[in-house]
Amino acid sequence: MTTPTTLFDKVWDAHEIHRTDGGESLLWIDRHFVHEGSFHAFNKLRERGLPVARPDLTFGIADHYVPTLTRRLDDIADAKVRGMIEQLSDNTREHGITLFGLDDPRQGIVHVLGPEQGLTQPGLLMVCGDSHTSTHGAFGSIAFGIGASEVAHVLATQTLWQTRPKQMRLTVEGTLPPGISAKDIALTWIARLGADGTRGHAIEYAGSAIRALSMEARLTLCNLSIEGGARCGMIAPDATTFDYLRGRPFAPRGEAWDQAVACWETLASDTDARFDREVMLDASEIAPTVTWGVSPEEALPIDQCIPGPADQPDAGKARQVCDSLEYMGLEPGQKLTDIGIDRVFIGSCTNARIEDLRAAAEVLRGRRSKVPGIVAPGSTLVKHQAEAEGLDRVFVEAGLEWRESGCSMCVGMNGDLVPSGERCASTTNRNFKGRQGPGARTHLMSPAMVAAAAVAGHLADIREL
Amino acid sequence: MEPIKTLDALACPLPLANVDTDQLIPARFMKEPRSVGYGQFLLHDLRHDDQSQPRKDFILNHPRASESCILVARRNFGAGSSREAAVYALVDFGFRCVIAPSFGDIFASNAVNNGLLPATLPETDIERLLEHLGNAPGPLRVDLEACRIQAGDLVMAFTIAPGWRTKLLNGWDDIDLTRQHADEIARFAADYARQRPWLATTASREKVITRG
Ligand code: SF4
Repeated sequence: MTTPTTLFDKVWDAHEIHRTDGGESLLWIDRHFVHEGSFHAFNKLRERGLPVARPDLTFGIADHYVPTLTRRLDDIADAKVRGMIEQLSDNTREHGITLFGLDDPRQGIVHVLGPEQGLTQPGLLMVCGDSHTSTHGAFGSIAFGIGASEVAHVLATQTLWQTRPKQMRLTVEGTLPPGISAKDIALTWIARLGADGTRGHAIEYAGSAIRALSMEARLTLCNLSIEGGARCGMIAPDATTFDYLRGRPFAPRGEAWDQAVACWETLASDTDARFDREVMLDASEIAPTVTWGVSPEEALPIDQCIPGPADQPDAGKARQVCDSLEYMGLEPGQKLTDIGIDRVFIGSCTNARIEDLRAAAEVLRGRRSKVPGIVAPGSTLVKHQAEAEGLDRVFVEAGLEWRESGCSMCVGMNGDLVPSGERCASTTNRNFKGRQGPGARTHLMSPAMVAAAAVAGHLADIREL
Repeated sequence: MEPIKTLDALACPLPLANVDTDQLIPARFMKEPRSVGYGQFLLHDLRHDDQSQPRKDFILNHPRASESCILVARRNFGAGSSREAAVYALVDFGFRCVIAPSFGDIFASNAVNNGLLPATLPETDIERLLEHLGNAPGPLRVDLEACRIQAGDLVMAFTIAPGWRTKLLNGWDDIDLTRQHADEIARFAADYARQRPWLATTASREKVITRG
């Protein structure tokens, strides 16, 4: 009898080329995405005079620095920003790597584009020099972010050295109440376990509430795995996964599709598989959740009040709360729904897929936003689809700006910034100090909750709208 | 990469938790080539006030900070973005070791790949160490062979993954190591492709563009 194994083990074992006595595994990489930030890695290759081992398994994507007001390189005023996009084109061209560049009709944020093009598939091992690579685990692949030295290593060898992480299963049973999304599930567990609560672990999301999620929602959930410190997050593939993938440009077709599905159907944790850690959540208890501080762990249900140092279990936490409140300009005891906002941002690899835009538009339809804001679709294809559905008009009529796709105000590298001291309700993933610009104050929440905040002019409870 | 055996140097106390890589190097500096010296960007927005003047009370602006090569911080150091530039900034500033109760996973492996030792100490030991250092850089000894930290009378054991310890002790570079496995990799790749014929990465011609 074979020992029961987890989904993670099955995928990992299929990619292990070599294991050292010290337990380090040399892993085969199926897909490698590079964005503008990869220039350090390409420079490293150049210094050593090494070629890219498998240009056919590497894909270039312009997303972090792309402008959201234009698709023309020449329109970018900042020469350094333009240079970042050009450098990616040059590096990919030199090494024969497929590029989804600024003016490509398929351009988008790497973690939106990969699934959309069918490049992301079950059972793969995928990496990118970007921490939110965990997103792709939604298809039942092992996907994680790596640094520039590792990017150079993958480019040179199509392999990577890794130590097998511990494994945690996060089971969410039951039915999510209306208006509650994958973002709320994620913020809830991160608040409970902490921003480093799952450090060193691979997470498998399981349970009836997870099975019921759409592909888009699964991507949001896996995307945020890294915000709880996890190495990666994954969900066993099922009919939802296969239905999403069928017919995508890079998905297998014909006989190859049947072969692939036969393999993918075996990708699930065995009934008796053991995890190092098990965490359970009751879906019915999850509320619309927002962050109030400067770490994703500083999140609470919207009907709560800002905590103070006195509520904290230890001196360390008390210190952290004081520091966060000072940066955020908030007082202990304030009701979350009393926090006024200056602008909104709907975008990023976390929440800018078609479903996210639909959810936000549904709230905004026929209403006005009290504050300015930007909507940046996750990809150019999402943009076109949203326009075909008339969502762009809903946003514009509500007073928001409808932009081109890119990372935009999630990280501000292209110049889309929240001014210092301003407070932004955002569908992104990081409320870190200065993330959306120096001095910017970020509150993370779901697209529907951002839309509700826009209409109210302050953080608001979607259930009361 | 320069090997690390022991470091006898000044250590800077940075008594903050969740110092993420966005703080270690803000995004706006990441379009600079590394040749400009990333040390100047290290913790830029904590080091400077709104008028871009150095904050006198911030540890990296201490007159002896530039001599120190060890940083002591609180939990979850280097969480967040995978940007290796965060490590470049620390290394270019002069740091060879960061001691904290926990590190972001990606940060820690980036550190090791650049000869920066991420040493994990229990939270209680970190607090003792921070108390010992007070508000100024102070002498500390980090012994990687023995996995020991010494500061005055304090002696503490730190942890690091054994594979990382070996790499740092020897100054090894992964690409060189991996290339010794070239034949094994080629054999694996051939078998793997045979078993998974559906994985070829050519897009279907007839319908390159699809739904979002
Ligand atoms: S949208 Fe934000 S989190 Fe996602 S890849 Fe871009 S910068 Fe990173």
